[in-house]
Amino acid sequence: MLKYIFKRLVYILIALWVIVTATFFLMQLAPGSPFASERSFPPQIEAQLNAKYGLDNPWYVQYKDYLIDTVTFDFGESMKYKGRSTNDMIAESFPISLTLGIEAMILAIGFGILFGVISALYHNKFPDYLASTLAVLGISVPSFILAGLMQYFLAFKLGMFPVSGWKGFAYSILPAFAIAITHAGFIAKLTRSSMLEQSNSDYVKMARAKGLGKWTTVFKHTLRNALLPVVTYLGPLTAGVVTGSFIIEQIFAIPGLGKHFVTSITNRDYTVIMGTTVFYSIILLFAVLIVDILYSVIDPRIKLRGAKK
Amino acid sequence: MAQKNQQFDKISPEMFKIVGGRHGDTEKLSDKSVSFWKEVRLRFSQNKLAVFGIFVLVIVTLLAIFVPIFSPYSYREQLGIYNAAPSAAHWFGTDDLGRDIFVRVWQGARISLFIGITAAVIDLIIGVLWGSIAGLAGGRVDNIMMRIADILSAVPYLLVVIILLVVLKPGLIPMIIALSITGWVNMARIVRGEVLSIKNQEYVLAARTLGANTWHLIMKHLVPNALGAILVTMTLTIPSAIFTESFLSYLGLGVPAPTASWGTMASEGNKALTSAPWRLFFPAFFISLTIFAFNAVGDGLRDALDPKLRK
Repeated sequence: MLKYIFKRLVYILIALWVIVTATFFLMQLAPGSPFASERSFPPQIEAQLNAKYGLDNPWYVQYKDYLIDTVTFDFGESMKYKGRSTNDMIAESFPISLTLGIEAMILAIGFGILFGVISALYHNKFPDYLASTLAVLGISVPSFILAGLMQYFLAFKLGMFPVSGWKGFAYSILPAFAIAITHAGFIAKLTRSSMLEQSNSDYVKMARAKGLGKWTTVFKHTLRNALLPVVTYLGPLTAGVVTGSFIIEQIFAIPGLGKHFVTSITNRDYTVIMGTTVFYSIILLFAVLIVDILYSVIDPRIKLRGAKK
Repeated sequence: MAQKNQQFDKISPEMFKIVGGRHGDTEKLSDKSVSFWKEVRLRFSQNKLAVFGIFVLVIVTLLAIFVPIFSPYSYREQLGIYNAAPSAAHWFGTDDLGRDIFVRVWQGARISLFIGITAAVIDLIIGVLWGSIAGLAGGRVDNIMMRIADILSAVPYLLVVIILLVVLKPGLIPMIIALSITGWVNMARIVRGEVLSIKNQEYVLAARTLGANTWHLIMKHLVPNALGAILVTMTLTIPSAIFTESFLSYLGLGVPAPTASWGTMASEGNKALTSAPWRLFFPAFFISLTIFAFNAVGDGLRDALDPKLRK
């Protein structure tokens, strides 16, 4: 187990290095400069700015500085917003994205499992068709379209929710749903098929034969085994919630990290792009690792590769 | 107890009758044997959702091909009628620059289908080559090749795509490059798995003994046998590529104006939602419908190809 985790950590480091290096060279090649959108500076000021951020150094010096920045996790001041460090921006906006992300995950997992269980229990009956249709719709309708429609109908027309902004719990409901629904659909589909697979097995028949009710059997026996495939989906779910936030935060004007990431790219704000990319990569890489470890803990049949050698 | 025994005594052979089953022809084959692909086709055609998906895809493809050719308007033509609601002249209305949305939707369908299918084909080529070479070679080569794939798949996909698009400048070709740069890994893994399970079977050994080279083995033996898994992966890659394209276009990193793309249209439509809701509705509906159709077909194929579900 320890050996396996160590091996995975090495992969994570290599993957991080690949990301960091690729981002660096891509940014070097990228047209445009962080100062381009300002009113045209006299060349002296532009040169001074470039010197301040080290943009006039040869690429290998910049690369070295940048690697040191990454290791110490200090990306310096934003090139666009003077006097704000990248770390401050992350520290400020990440809690917002995290709250939104956790809400979305709870919604996705809760509704996904509920719908999946319902459609498996009423296999090929009306509730199954209803739940499966909803799941398929959820998967097919992209989150940004759903967000636009919900914002228009539920918030703007009916006034049930605030239209945009971030000033409390009510503001997070629509965005969290918009991020969650696609994933709820996937989880519902996964739960349904693995529940159906389990419901033919002997232990479920046994539980029913000894007189346990339908729902008791589900919660005491079937669900435990049926949820294993759902656990594997947690990794992609994390990634999906993060990328979902890029667009949803934009639509609902939420000052989260996703919004910063997208604006920093359009602004060519190199320090912020690098900082957020590295930060996101670390989160996603570790999320996948944790899911894999969790999976082997839950299912004793699974032996991690390299664990026993 | 005694009473119960009495009851059993009353049971005699006359009380049983044959309800059917044995007529002496149990050894006869009831039907002609069906080839594998025929059975797959049969099972696929019984799946209503999947058939509906195929139907939708055919219609969408035909409209995408013919509407821009035969329409009286072009997708970039500004007609001077701004934000008009759907009418007989403009079936889906017009946008803020006075362009006909009906033509733009089908022009957008061309772009989405082109991007989706091209990305899937590139994934297919790289994935099949990478996976089958790794699986066939085995040992150290396999190890190194799959570790490269592992690391690439650990890199968060959309981050790379977004950064790549910033550098390459938004456009059709950069979009396809960005989509396939990490997309092939999944295909490579699936093909390698199939190859590993096939390569030790006797017919492959026989082919090798007869002097078949690696290329021949891949094309004549491994690919046909892995075809099912490859086909399913491909059909499911297309909708995710279409989704990513519209997602990126929505963020403003997609195909540049005036080219119509479903994502760009939905993004512009979202801003005009209060005044001209049809500008979001039509592109949104067709993105969703197409993604749905591809998913339905992919799921149907997977079920039809699954030997566990054979009847």
